Amino acid sequence: MTTVYQEKDTLAPPPAERKNIFGWMLKNLFNSWYNSILTIVAAYIIFVLVRGVAGWVVTKARWEVVPANYRLFLVGQYPSMIPGQEDFIWRVWLAVYLLAAITGLAWGIWVKKREFVSWVVLLFPPLVGSSPYVTNVGLKLVGKLYGVTDVYQFPGFSAKAWALMWGLSATGLAFWALGRAFGRRLARFAVTMLLLYFPLAILIIGGFGEQGWFQAIPTRFWGGLLLSLILTIVGIVMSFPLGVLLALGRQSKLPILHSLSVVYIEFIRGVPLISLLFMAQVMLPLFLPPNVVIDRVLRAMVAIIMFAAAYLAENVRGGLQAIPQGQYEAAYAIGLSGFQTMTYIILPQALRTVIPVLVSQFIALFKDTTLVAIVGLLDLLGIAQGVIANPKYIGTQREVFTFISVFYFVFTYAMSYASRRLEKALGVGER
Amino acid sequence: MQGTVPESQEKIPFWRNEHTLQWIAQFTVLAGVLFVFWLLYANMQRQLEMLNLPISFKFLQINASFDIGESLIEYSRSDTYLRAYLVGVLNTIRVAVLGIIFATILGVIVGVARLSNNWLVNKLAAGYIEILRNIPLLVLLIFWYTGFFLKLPDVKEAINVGGTYLSRRGIAFPWPLPTETYATYRWVLWLGVALAVALGYALYRQGKKTGRMPLYGLWSLLLFLVVAGIGIVVLQPYVMDYPHLPDKGFNIIGGKTFSPEFMALLSGLVIYTSAFIAEVVRAGIQSVSKGQVEAARALGLNGFQTLRLVVFPQALRVIVPPMTSQYLNLTKNSSLAVAIGYPDIVHVYGTIINQSGRAVEMTMIMMATYLTFSLSTSAFMNWYNQKIKLVER
Repeated sequence: MTTVYQEKDTLAPPPAERKNIFGWMLKNLFNSWYNSILTIVAAYIIFVLVRGVAGWVVTKARWEVVPANYRLFLVGQYPSMIPGQEDFIWRVWLAVYLLAAITGLAWGIWVKKREFVSWVVLLFPPLVGSSPYVTNVGLKLVGKLYGVTDVYQFPGFSAKAWALMWGLSATGLAFWALGRAFGRRLARFAVTMLLLYFPLAILIIGGFGEQGWFQAIPTRFWGGLLLSLILTIVGIVMSFPLGVLLALGRQSKLPILHSLSVVYIEFIRGVPLISLLFMAQVMLPLFLPPNVVIDRVLRAMVAIIMFAAAYLAENVRGGLQAIPQGQYEAAYAIGLSGFQTMTYIILPQALRTVIPVLVSQFIALFKDTTLVAIVGLLDLLGIAQGVIANPKYIGTQREVFTFISVFYFVFTYAMSYASRRLEKALGVGER
Repeated sequence: MQGTVPESQEKIPFWRNEHTLQWIAQFTVLAGVLFVFWLLYANMQRQLEMLNLPISFKFLQINASFDIGESLIEYSRSDTYLRAYLVGVLNTIRVAVLGIIFATILGVIVGVARLSNNWLVNKLAAGYIEILRNIPLLVLLIFWYTGFFLKLPDVKEAINVGGTYLSRRGIAFPWPLPTETYATYRWVLWLGVALAVALGYALYRQGKKTGRMPLYGLWSLLLFLVVAGIGIVVLQPYVMDYPHLPDKGFNIIGGKTFSPEFMALLSGLVIYTSAFIAEVVRAGIQSVSKGQVEAARALGLNGFQTLRLVVFPQALRVIVPPMTSQYLNLTKNSSLAVAIGYPDIVHVYGTIINQSGRAVEMTMIMMATYLTFSLSTSAFMNWYNQKIKLVER
C-alpha cells in the first residue's frame, strides 16, 4: 500500500475533540448558528411544557379519582360491582394466573438466554404493584420544586392484592422451573395450552350455566381493560383464518375468488371502523332471524372481526408476495398438489415473515377498540367517560384522561418494543 | 420414448380435469356467498315488513326538523333529510381538507426535525412522534375537547391573542369582508390568472427551445401574487372585521368563529396525523442514498438544484403512496367527530336514523359516501404511481 501523505508533517493533526459534556454539547447542540437558535427554542418549548404540566400535576390535579376507580378501570362492572351479588372477581384472577403459568412454562422450554427482559417479565406483577410508590416519590420531588408540601400521594395496594401479585410471579417461576426441568418433553403440552388458553379464559370469565361457581356473567357486565383486551384478542384470533383465506383469494388466479376477495377487502378498508360498528349495532339484528338475539358486545365483535380480517389479509398478502416463485415451482416439482404446496411450503414461510406486522396490527387494533365506547360499550374509554359523568368526580376530565392516556401509552409502547425484539429474534429479512 | 405420442393423450375425464374442477369450486363458493346474502336479505325483508319500514329512499325528501350546529350551506330545520346529510358531507370535507393541509405542514416540519443533527430537536421530535403514535386517537380527541377546549374561560374572560379570542364558545379571529369594490377586484384576479398562464406558457416554450428550463411555475405564481397584491392596495376590496367582546349576551361579535368542536376535531386530527406523516417524510428522505446527492454535486448542480432535481423526485416516489393513505386515514378518522359532537357525516347519519328509523338506507348511503372518497383517492394513487414509476431499461 502506498499512500500519498506519508510524511508526518504534511498531515494535519486530528482536531482536538473534547470528550466531556461541553464537547458533546458543542458537537450536538451548538455546532452552527442556526442549530444554536434551534436548541434554545427547543429548550424553551420543553421548559414551558414541563413547567405547565408539572405545576398542574402537583398543585391543581385531583388524583383521588384514579385510585378510587382502579377496579372499574380494570374490569368495569364485572360482578360484584352490583351490591348483594356474589363477587366473581376471582375468575379474572384465575384467568391471569393461568396466563402466568403458561407464560412461565413456555419461557422455561423455549427461551434459553437469561436476559434482563426475563426479569422484567417475571417481576412484572410486583412492578405494577409498586408503581404508586414510585409515582409518589416523583410527586414529592416535583412538589418540593414548587414549594407544595401536601402533594397528593397515591394509596398503596392492600396486603391481599400484594399477595396475589407476588403469587403471580411465584406461579410463573414455578412453571418456568418445570419447563426448564422437562424441556422438550412438555413442548407439545405447552403448545396445546397456548392454543387452548384464550377459549379457556373466555369460558372462565364468561361462565356457563345458571348458577354455581362458573355461572354465566352477561357481557353487559364486562368492561374496562378486560373488555378492551377481549375485543382485541377476539378480533385478531377470529379474523386470522378469514384474513388468510382472503389473502389467498386475492393472490389466486381464479377470477371469481379473486374478485370476491378484492371487493371485500377494498370495501372494508374504504369505510371507517365506526361506520362498521354502527352497521353492526343497527343492521345486524335485522339480518338475523327474529328469534335470534345477539348482545351489543357480540355485535361489536362481529364488526371488529370483519374490519381486522381485511387489514390482516393485506398484511398476509405482503408475506405471500415475499415468497419467491421458485418455492412454488420446487413444490410442484416434487409432486405436491396446490393445496399441499400452500399448507406445507408457502403459508408457513409467509406467516413467519408477517409475525411482526401482525403484532403491529394487534397494537393498532387495541387502540381502535376504543371506538366501541361510541356505540355505548364500557371499554377502558367508556368507563373513563362514565367515571367523569359521576357527580362525585365532576370536572376531573384531565386527571382521568391523563391516567388512561399514560396507561395506553405504556401498554402499546411495551408491545411495540416487544415486537421489535421479536422481529430481531425471528431474523426477518436476514435470511 | 422414440418420439411416439404417448397413449395418455386421451381426453381427461372432466371430474379429474383441474381446469373444470377449479371452475366448479369457484361457482360453489360464489353460490355459497350468494346464498348467505340471500338469507340475510330475506331476514331483513321480513323484519322490515314487521316494522313496516320497507326499503325506500323517499324519506330523504321529508323535512328533517332537527338543527345542525354548523353548516357551510344554508340549512334550517325545515329542510329535507337529504340536505341535512349534505351538510354533514360538507362538514366532513371541510375538516378533512383543512386537516390534510395543516397535518402536512406540521408533519413535514416534525419529520425534518426528526432528522436534525441537533440532539435536542431530534429528541423532541422523537418524543412527539412516539407519544402520539401510542395513544388512541379517540382518547386524544376527547381529552383535547373536554380537557382543553371546554375548560377555556367564558366569553366574558376570553383570552385575547393579537385580536383573536379564545373562549369556551370557540375561537374568533379577524376575517376580511368584501366591500363594494370587490366585484371589480374579481376581474383583476381573473386578469392575474390570465397573465400568469400566458407568462408560464411563454417561459415553458422558451425553455423547450433553449434547453434551459426556467422555473416557470414559480414565476407565474409570483406574477399572479403581484397583480393580486396591487389590486388589494389600489382597490381596497376587503375590510378586516375584528371580533370584539359583547357588552351583554354570550357570543363574541364580528370576525369569524370556529366552534370548539370543530377546533378540537381539527387540531386533534392534525396533531395525531402529523406524527404519522413525520415518519413517512423521514423514511422518504432517508431512502435517497447519499451517493445521489454526491453524484449530483459532482455533476455541478448547486444545492437547490440537487434538492429539486435529484432528491425530491426520488423521495416523493417513496413518500407519496403512504402519504395518500395517511390522508385517507385522516378523512376516515374524521368520523370520530361523532364522539365530540361535531356534525360530520356519521353524526348526521346517527341523528337521521334516530328520527326516521331508516337504518338500512342511511347505512348504505353513508358507506357509499366513504367508499367514494377512498376509491377516488386510490384511483388517483394508481394513476400517480403509473406516472412516476421507475422506467426500467
